[in-house]
Amino acid sequence: MELVLAAAIGVLAASGVWLLLRPRTFQVIIGLTLISYAVNLFIFSIGGLRTGADPVLRDVAGDIAQYADPLPQALVLTAIVIGFATTSLFLVVLLTSRGLTGNDHVDGEDGTP
Amino acid sequence: MPDNAVLSVILCLPFAASAAVFLLRALGRNLAVWLMVGTALLGLILSLWLYPAIADGSALRQVLPWAPGLGLDISLRVDGFSWLFMLLICGIGALVGVYARYYMPPDDRLARFFSLLLAFMGSMLGIVMSGNVVQLVFFWEMTSLFSFLLIGYWYRGASARDGARMALIVTSGGGLCLFAGVLLLGHIVGSYELDAILAAGALVRAHALYTPTLILILLGAFTKSAQFPFHFWLPQAMSAPTPVSAYLHSATMVKAGVFLLIRFWPVLAGTGQWFWIVGGVGLVTLLLGAYSAIFQQDLKGVLAYSTISHLGLITMLIGLGSTLGVVAAIFHIVNHATFKASLFMAAGAVDHEAGTRDMRRLGGLRRFMPITATLALIAGAAMAGVPLLNGFLSKEMFFAETLVARQGVVLDIVPVVIAIAASAFGVTYSLRFVRGVFFGRVPADLPRVPHEPPLWMRLPIGLLALICLLVGVLPGRVIGPSLHAAASAVLGVGHMPAYSLAVWHGVTTPLLMSLFAFVMGCLLYARMRGYFAGREVAPLIGRISGKRMFERVLGVVASDIPRLLERTLPSRRLQPQLLLIVLIALLAGGLAATSAPFGFHPRWSSVDPAFALLWLLGAACAIGAASQAKFHRLAALILTGGAGLVSCVSFVWLSAPDLAATQLLVEVVTTILILLGLRWLPKRIEGLATESRMQSFRRGRDVLFAMVVGLGMASLAYAAMMHPVANSISRFFLERAYTEGGGRNVVNVILVDFRGFDTLGEISVLAIVALTVFGLLRRFRPAAESIHAPLQQQQQTALDAAQPSRAVDHSLTDYLMIPGLIIQLMFPVILLFGLHLFLRGHDLPGGGFVAGITVSVALILLYMARGARWVETHLRVLPVRWIGLGLLLAVGTGLGSLVFGRPFLTSHFRYVELPLLGRFPLASAIGFDLGVFGLVVGATTLMLIALAHQSLRRPRQPADDATLETGAQG
Repeated sequence: MELVLAAAIGVLAASGVWLLLRPRTFQVIIGLTLISYAVNLFIFSIGGLRTGADPVLRDVAGDIAQYADPLPQALVLTAIVIGFATTSLFLVVLLTSRGLTGNDHVDGEDGTP
Repeated sequence: MPDNAVLSVILCLPFAASAAVFLLRALGRNLAVWLMVGTALLGLILSLWLYPAIADGSALRQVLPWAPGLGLDISLRVDGFSWLFMLLICGIGALVGVYARYYMPPDDRLARFFSLLLAFMGSMLGIVMSGNVVQLVFFWEMTSLFSFLLIGYWYRGASARDGARMALIVTSGGGLCLFAGVLLLGHIVGSYELDAILAAGALVRAHALYTPTLILILLGAFTKSAQFPFHFWLPQAMSAPTPVSAYLHSATMVKAGVFLLIRFWPVLAGTGQWFWIVGGVGLVTLLLGAYSAIFQQDLKGVLAYSTISHLGLITMLIGLGSTLGVVAAIFHIVNHATFKASLFMAAGAVDHEAGTRDMRRLGGLRRFMPITATLALIAGAAMAGVPLLNGFLSKEMFFAETLVARQGVVLDIVPVVIAIAASAFGVTYSLRFVRGVFFGRVPADLPRVPHEPPLWMRLPIGLLALICLLVGVLPGRVIGPSLHAAASAVLGVGHMPAYSLAVWHGVTTPLLMSLFAFVMGCLLYARMRGYFAGREVAPLIGRISGKRMFERVLGVVASDIPRLLERTLPSRRLQPQLLLIVLIALLAGGLAATSAPFGFHPRWSSVDPAFALLWLLGAACAIGAASQAKFHRLAALILTGGAGLVSCVSFVWLSAPDLAATQLLVEVVTTILILLGLRWLPKRIEGLATESRMQSFRRGRDVLFAMVVGLGMASLAYAAMMHPVANSISRFFLERAYTEGGGRNVVNVILVDFRGFDTLGEISVLAIVALTVFGLLRRFRPAAESIHAPLQQQQQTALDAAQPSRAVDHSLTDYLMIPGLIIQLMFPVILLFGLHLFLRGHDLPGGGFVAGITVSVALILLYMARGARWVETHLRVLPVRWIGLGLLLAVGTGLGSLVFGRPFLTSHFRYVELPLLGRFPLASAIGFDLGVFGLVVGATTLMLIALAHQSLRRPRQPADDATLETGAQG
């Protein structure tokens, strides 16, 4: 499991970084989305992966080890929300820049790579 | 015995009055004046009342705990020396208040003026009353700030703005040095309390950091007190209204520097560095100020340079290092404040009545305003050091101090000569001021016929002149006890030098020096009068302008260096900058990895084939999105969504249903948002895609970097996963979630209860983003080629127009009819589902955030199916109100716990029996979660609707286009 997830994080991050370095605003926004997937999975995976663990507490008090680790989950939940906010903001900045400059280059000047 | 609590009352009064003046500004200017004068008088009376407690050299203290854990308290301390300053600040403050009422133009409501002046008064009191040096620096910077605002009070004038800016940069820059200095001082002593520092003089002077500490503190004091080479800001600050010049730039604020020097005198003085730096700077400033003052043509300019010179005199007295010097310095601070404030007011009166401050255009005014002339004569004589006035006494003490031989070399003669020269110059400029303005012939071209200013303008001048006279005639009676209290507070009761405040000491060397300087000054004036009047700048030094140098330095710092940086650094383009960030991150990661124990022992057996297959799909989606994002945006968006879905499934797989639900819904909303935005992006220009060698090089290079980053991330993630965390705080959350938070869904309890404060910050960010998006889109101007309706819509409109059986927009009415109907039917169901998610959130996967997004998805579905116009005629959606209510509810729930004496955001829970539903756990955190819910609904809907509304824009009219283009060019 760990191996697959680590490879997945790597592929997502690599695709995201490549897009981040591209000249078009749309490429950058997609790149940021992919990077945020990678980072969310990364934060989530810290401390080990658990399959089949209980996400919510049961009525009878039992061993704490049977539950999934709530801390990374809470962190990632926050990260997802903030990621949503920044993506929306970036989208609107992108549109405004497109409207003002007439093109979709990250520097607002066309004719360059 | 007065109570110590009076101290905080005295300090808080001006600030409260400042706020009151500002809030009650509608009630007219007289109220503002009453508040100003009343506050100052009350402060004066309370200060006088404190006298018995500090008369014997002891101090009053009041400590208000602020952050005791950090050793920080609000500490007030008043001894005789600060008491004397409090009298000056409050007394002159009251007089300036009265004066300003009649000086300022009648159409000014004065609320802003008095509000600032009162706030300044409070800050100045804060400096002298601080018992903690960090607190002192805080008030110090506040005086710089209010001085800036007051100099720039008439902000329409360029000179006021420039003068204010210069004063702010110089004094607050010095304030920063002072801050560093007191931090060092606190480090040496081990405490920031003034009492501890004053008791540790020997330790400080012997410490290795003594010299840097001294220099930093001196930089603060010299900039504030306009000492050479920082003196140039004071003449520029004369653009301030005259009451401000009288109050801040002669009587109080510029005295803060010398106040500090005397305050720290027991700690820092007595070394060679102190003697040479403080004494030397004082000497230069004394001479330079007096010399420049002779050549000024502006009345306030004369007074400004004269102030610089007198401040230099005080600094030099402090620098000499003898106890008698300190007594003389304190004495001269008071004397200078009284005669200089009255002279400023007199200059203001002349300006007010005659319409000019230019000395070349003034003369013979005593015929029109005899009382003002008499008062100015008294104060001017005090400035020149004429016997029977206060200036004479302190100048006498100054001469006596310069005569004490210290180094035993020829250098000892230098202070004596300079003292006599500066004193003679002082006589000359005082004569120019008084005789040139009030005596002699009346010029023919006076701007207007002057007459005596109103009584209330003369009264403050008169009172101050009276003090000059009283101190000069009866020094022992009038100022003796106060001076003794002040000096013994600094020097210690046992170390007071012997001094006599008598008017007549017999024929002594200082008296002869004084006489000689007086005669020289008069001669200089008589012989060179015409020469002075003809000069624009002072000879010899006129070309060296501190102002011009300051502006050049400012130009270099604020314009040349940034431009140089811009040229030297790689680029101002985004791509190289991002590349740099990526490379630095890589470098940092690589450096960290060199020291990490890194073993790679893959366990292939643990790989679940289904999970591997899932991520094969996910990886394909990610790479596909990366390759398609340039020309096939929709495809890239769908592929990104695919990668997102795969990570959703992974969350479910790995026991995190909450994350999966949130990610899924956020995914939906993000995709809709980007879809709505896609319409405004430009089309591909065919035939342009000839790739240069440079471009393909860049692509190859970026692929390489991206792969290195990916590899690094993968190994880092693998290492982190294989390295189990032994003792995380998760255990705490798991154990306490139910017993103390009342919820079984630990993730939700963490968010709304344990870490509720973080969530509050997070939803605030969301609200800010939504409002920013809304604001940006209101001013959104789409590019010219994407304004027209989409092709499909154009075709339909053409069809509607062509066929007589169809009305305009007929096609639109049937658009998406079946899905629309389904969505409309599903709308309440989705809302109910959102409610369900919300209610179960505390115990089962769900919660306010997920529920909020669900509801906004329902809304946007309705928008998509039925169109914005239909929805808005049938349903009133007020997203901004949702945001506001949500935020208020979240904060309100948090504040609710304060009512019960618990910290902010403490949650409480209990079981309640509800009919039908049965036993129901009700935690107060549900109120907070409801706030989150409302805010998320509002924010998400606001963004979606704002973006969707862009499609309702009508194509702009040609005229509109023209204005836009000219706007862009302008």
